[in-house]
Amino acid sequence: MAAEQDGARGAADAQPARSPLEAAFRKGRPALVVYLMAGYPDRSTSLDALVAAAEAGADVIELGVPYGDPVADGPVIAEAARVARSADGGFGLAQTLELAAEARAALGAAAPPIVVMCYLNALMRMGFAQAAAQMRAAGVAGVIVPDMPVEAARPWLAAAAGLDTIFLAAPTSTPERLAAIASASSGFVYCVSTLGVTGERERLAEGARALVERVRSVTDLPVAVGFGISTPEQAAEAAAFADGVIVGSAVVRRQADPAAVRAFVAELAQAVHGARR
Amino acid sequence: MSGSLLPSAEEAYSSPDAQGFFGPYGGTFVPETVMPALEELARAFEAAQADPAFQAELDALLADYVGRPSPLYRADRLAAEVGLGTVWLKREDLNHTGAHKINNTLGQCLLAKRMGKRRVIAETGAGQHGVATATTAALMGLECAIFMGTEDIRRQALNVYKMRLLGAEVVPVAEGTGTLADAVTAALRHWVERVEDTFYVLGSAVGPHPYPLIVRHFQKVIGEEALAQLREKGAPMPDAVVACVGGGSNAIGIFYPFLRDVPAGERPLLIGAEAAGLGLETDKHGAALTKGTPGVLHGFYSYLLQDEAGNPKEAYSISAGLDYPGVGPEHSYLKDAGLVRYEAVTDREALDAFALLARTEGIIPAIESAHALAMLPRLAAELGPDASVLVNVSGRGDKDMDIVREAGLGG
Repeated sequence: MAAEQDGARGAADAQPARSPLEAAFRKGRPALVVYLMAGYPDRSTSLDALVAAAEAGADVIELGVPYGDPVADGPVIAEAARVARSADGGFGLAQTLELAAEARAALGAAAPPIVVMCYLNALMRMGFAQAAAQMRAAGVAGVIVPDMPVEAARPWLAAAAGLDTIFLAAPTSTPERLAAIASASSGFVYCVSTLGVTGERERLAEGARALVERVRSVTDLPVAVGFGISTPEQAAEAAAFADGVIVGSAVVRRQADPAAVRAFVAELAQAVHGARR
Repeated sequence: MSGSLLPSAEEAYSSPDAQGFFGPYGGTFVPETVMPALEELARAFEAAQADPAFQAELDALLADYVGRPSPLYRADRLAAEVGLGTVWLKREDLNHTGAHKINNTLGQCLLAKRMGKRRVIAETGAGQHGVATATTAALMGLECAIFMGTEDIRRQALNVYKMRLLGAEVVPVAEGTGTLADAVTAALRHWVERVEDTFYVLGSAVGPHPYPLIVRHFQKVIGEEALAQLREKGAPMPDAVVACVGGGSNAIGIFYPFLRDVPAGERPLLIGAEAAGLGLETDKHGAALTKGTPGVLHGFYSYLLQDEAGNPKEAYSISAGLDYPGVGPEHSYLKDAGLVRYEAVTDREALDAFALLARTEGIIPAIESAHALAMLPRLAAELGPDASVLVNVSGRGDKDMDIVREAGLGG
């Protein structure tokens, strides 16, 4: 629920939040979403990094499930997934959900909502009903499936009661597609700032603001922007027009050192939370 | 799965549906960024099909540039050797660039031009699709980049050289096993980035809708010609039609007209030969239909070699073109519907068939096509000495000389 009101804020704060995930974007300031790869470089370090990110000010944790064909991800996240999967016995969706539950227990009441980023085939392989049940049991707030377009989502959505499902909007999405994406999404809408895969880029794509505005015109959900945001400066720039900023590869690059994650996330949080709007 | 998704024997063969589903298989499972491009492609393909000038331009190129129709040759010495009455060979190996792949690249590159795209990309395994795409891009003045796994670059050095000679950039893909599946992923990733000015020329009957439909459309000329040539020669309908299946484009190209135009009661046995690699009892094979389970890879739902967590497994075959953990969605559907039978052929059997065709007929097939030829002794045992079998010789074997020499053929 929106705790504070800030006159300069967009439509997002005017709405009552329909889920804890949505509420994380309605604290009267832009939200920071931090992406981490579950199991990278090993299980216990990834747990420490997750706790460090949460304590350093991440409003939402996006937890990546290591997958063997990460078609939407750039080299940093793809390599982290490869390393995580090479653990004895493998590391996949089931292990990621166990990790999420453990992190929530470690963080207690202060735990930010955790969103799982999972490729479609890993969900299918576990079975949609089983995957949704295990996510609920783990206390996961929502799921992002980067290769599940909105028209293919009905079977998953039917199984996903109690979980938010976040769809991606792209600069190439037509008005018709944006409307469908907004109406199928819950929690927030994820704007892909640029064409291409995840990864660090030198500057924030010019089209990001325009896309956020297009999405805002078709939804009252919070609108977050990600892909290619790697510095506190870029994060602040995006926070000036979006309800949330997602930083992935730049965090994963530091993930083997939880202290470095803590310091970097603190910088990002300061930049995002204090962004001028 | 509901039985109603499958056609009865009498029903006309009408897959896929408007969303690109063949029964439960196929569909579109890709990042949002490329969804609008796939919608645009589907619309452009539909418009092209309705435009007689498009088909006329393609037909002229197929005749004068590719050399179609490809011959239908009666291989009597081979038939006698394997113990069959008649063996027909559909000679796609005689096409310009040496394989069936050019049928599809000409069609897709014409489509790219029609859509105003100046640049094409493609993935390649054995290099045949890469060479065909580079050739077509040179012919049509398009910029061209080919994604190829580093292991395949090693196995198929000659084709890499050809592509560069034709003016294409060959982009090495070192991820994973450096084979076809990794090249497809790299090409898809690149397409997401350059979707606005780039056309992805997909080489097999795989990928998100509308690709499997487009590839079938441009490859069905193989089966259409074969049916017409059999009629012209006064030959009876063969008892079986055989093709190799990696992604499955040459197979769907020859099977589809038999499924669409020949009534079920008169239809030959249709047989797809997958790669059994070092054996189905090992992990070293590419037999998605025989050993896989349904899942999503590269944007479509189909039989797939995958682990317990849903990660695609590494495929293996001596043949780079069959070394793929998935298979075209229409083949998954045809398997479940019982309309096509799929069997697996080992590296060793393929090498034996390769040597046999060279020795009995003076034809050196691609090692991929040799998997189809390896079905002949099995069919002789099953159908008897009077049976007649049509084999799609999808490509020629010049590219495979190093591989077969390493394997000890030819002494």
